[in-house]
Amino acid sequence: MPVDILMPALSPTMEEGKLSKWLKKEGDKVTSGDILAEIETDKATMEVEAVDEGTIGKILVAEGTDGVKVNTIIAVLLGEGESADAVSAPKAAEAPAKVEETPKQEAAPEKSAGSVPAAPKTEVAADPDIPAGTEMVSTTVREALRDAMAEEMRRDPDVFIMGEEVAEYQGAYKITQGLLDEFGSRRVVDTPITEHGFAGVGVGAAMTGLRPIVEFMTFNFAMQAIDQILNSAAKTLYMSGGQMGAPMVFRGPSGAASRVAAQHSQCYAAWYSHIPGLKVVMPYTAADAKGLLKAAIRDPNPVIFLENEILYGHSFDVPKLDDFVLPIGKARIHKTGTDVTLVSFGIGMNYTVKAAEELAKLGIDAEIIDLRTIRPMDIPTVIESVKKTGRCVTIEEGYPQSSVGTEIATRVMQQAFDYLDAPVLTVAGKDVPMPYAANLEKLALPNVKEIVDAVKAVTYTA
Amino acid sequence: MATRAKKSPARSAQTSAAKAPKPIQFTKEQELEAYRQMLLIRRFEEKAGQLYGMGFIGGFCHLYIGQEAVVTGMQMSLKEGDQVITGYRDHGHMLACGMSPRGVMAELTGRRGGLSKGKGGSMHMFSKEKHFYGGHGIVGAQVSLGTGLAFANRYRDNGNVSLAYFGDGAANQGQVYESFNMASLWKLPVIYIIENNRYAMGTSVSRASAETDFSKRGISFNIPGIQVDGMDVRAVNAAGDEAAAWARSGKGPMILEMQTYRYRGHSMSDPAKYRSKDEVQKMRSDHDPIEQVKNRLIEKGWSTEDDLKKIDKDVRDIVADAADFAQSDPEPDASELYTDILL
Repeated sequence: MPVDILMPALSPTMEEGKLSKWLKKEGDKVTSGDILAEIETDKATMEVEAVDEGTIGKILVAEGTDGVKVNTIIAVLLGEGESADAVSAPKAAEAPAKVEETPKQEAAPEKSAGSVPAAPKTEVAADPDIPAGTEMVSTTVREALRDAMAEEMRRDPDVFIMGEEVAEYQGAYKITQGLLDEFGSRRVVDTPITEHGFAGVGVGAAMTGLRPIVEFMTFNFAMQAIDQILNSAAKTLYMSGGQMGAPMVFRGPSGAASRVAAQHSQCYAAWYSHIPGLKVVMPYTAADAKGLLKAAIRDPNPVIFLENEILYGHSFDVPKLDDFVLPIGKARIHKTGTDVTLVSFGIGMNYTVKAAEELAKLGIDAEIIDLRTIRPMDIPTVIESVKKTGRCVTIEEGYPQSSVGTEIATRVMQQAFDYLDAPVLTVAGKDVPMPYAANLEKLALPNVKEIVDAVKAVTYTA
Repeated sequence: MATRAKKSPARSAQTSAAKAPKPIQFTKEQELEAYRQMLLIRRFEEKAGQLYGMGFIGGFCHLYIGQEAVVTGMQMSLKEGDQVITGYRDHGHMLACGMSPRGVMAELTGRRGGLSKGKGGSMHMFSKEKHFYGGHGIVGAQVSLGTGLAFANRYRDNGNVSLAYFGDGAANQGQVYESFNMASLWKLPVIYIIENNRYAMGTSVSRASAETDFSKRGISFNIPGIQVDGMDVRAVNAAGDEAAAWARSGKGPMILEMQTYRYRGHSMSDPAKYRSKDEVQKMRSDHDPIEQVKNRLIEKGWSTEDDLKKIDKDVRDIVADAADFAQSDPEPDASELYTDILL
């Protein structure tokens, strides 16, 4: 029985990749452990190893092919005495198509609106920070972040980046790709796995006026360093009567990725937003990621810059400008509308934009506000919108208690009570540690249906 | 209490170990400088204790009395631009760095003329001008931060050295070892000064530390360590010179275990029942750092009792002035509540 060799997934969030090179050709004998091919994604390059012994019967995906879906049959391995003729053409042809219908994100047994939607293609409202007529370039969030750091490092020799695997490995999530080559090991510093320690080293360097970017492989690991972030970085300016502070950025992915369970799936937006002395930024689009990271690096205060692993690979238009810097603390109206104000940020925007499309089909015109910065929070923009719509729903992936949404609900209640036609509803992650099982993970995250239901409730259209 | 630097197993275990610093004799000027500096710290701390008792100082107040030789001897090994960072028992370090006694005392009383405008308090003071980076209330945090200061010195290639002070208690914190690892890995110019005053609050070293020879704590990281008689300002200074030269020459960090003693409790509210009065008394009478210098000055005929009384009076005047200022200076304006949070 010939054995199918499938396109492997390199990470929980990988959906497709490039088959960059075949190291074996048809007719070659292989034993388990032999390297058959190289595949790459925007994040990593990996080798495909043979699991079984046999002869390469047929190569079904030529080298150099882009966008090969995970689980596509890329070759067939023949056992003793089997011939390539046994491999029926139709089988090979139908396999990729079948896989295409069930990309990894959707592969879980229970389908619901709760899966992370693919980047939606809603018309994005014009950003007043981008001059009309600016050429836009489709860029992934990953590239935008890298470009932001590279530009700022070129601009200011005091900017450096430190963290685990940021240099020689080119970044655990490839955010720092190419930086070592351009800036050298003095400014692109691989650290040992020692979050508490290197966060403190970064703060100490910042207290002398350097501008460190401290990358956490994920913000889950920054829990080990949270004392240095809060007690040293955030409070020193105050405790020193303004003499010295920590002009620096702590950045990395926050929130759930995909199937990485409780200890690796937590949104820290609400956590850090509690602390005076910090700024907290959580971008959704690549343009915001770039413009806000550049602003964060220039900011004289400690900035928590929360990214999202799933968004890293998403593409958005980024303005082609020499120096695109966005203001921290300013929300962006992602879509104008009249019937309800949806407030979200980061990956929460993914659900929100999708929900707005569903709502449009129901005749409900939602206004979407992307907070972009969690602290200082641009409440005036939210209030202005609520005064127009009279209804507000917040959306985030974090836990529901003491969330960003509950903060918004409180402020809207206090500052726009007379304008409200319904209570503010908050859509958030469930009040549970993130489960591993695919179906439970979906249930734990917010979903489009919950947002639509919340909007129906506040617009009394249920 | 060791009376001179002794050879520790930490050094024999390594090839790149520091040699025990040679005993050095101070010149008359050095002795007088040390005497005056240590006396200033002691009188200042005694006054702070009084003001605390009178209710002028709130919160926590950790006095440095007994440990004066450590910071005084180390400071004599520094050059302009070298940085100092320490934990919460920090008044002596600030005075040694040349920060104003008025500013420190007024911060203790929470007044607007305090070094942090009254917003930091005893444990949180800083001076960019004097290269003093705090004043940190979280035990051990200053070790990573001090390593960061050294990182910045290396980044800027400015030839400066940072001094990170911490106690025998902090020496058991995890981030200390994370910092040791990076400092040695990257050959950062940092001197780790472990002020072993024998008690982490109320817990003696032997009850808290599996290895009580703190000079050995860097062995796993190839950091040489020296045990130093922290009650003898000359021994401290000799070790400081050695460590500073080592760090400045690009060889990386060094650990100095200062064997010292605090006469007072951990903080003002500590009745110090975990040790005997005899133990304290014996240390005061046999090893007092100030008395040692005083005796040498007299014995060598470098100073008369009258000369030293003159210094005593000068110091008392400085401290009295600081105390007066700290009691009369107004509290911060209410508007200061919302300043210095973000730039």
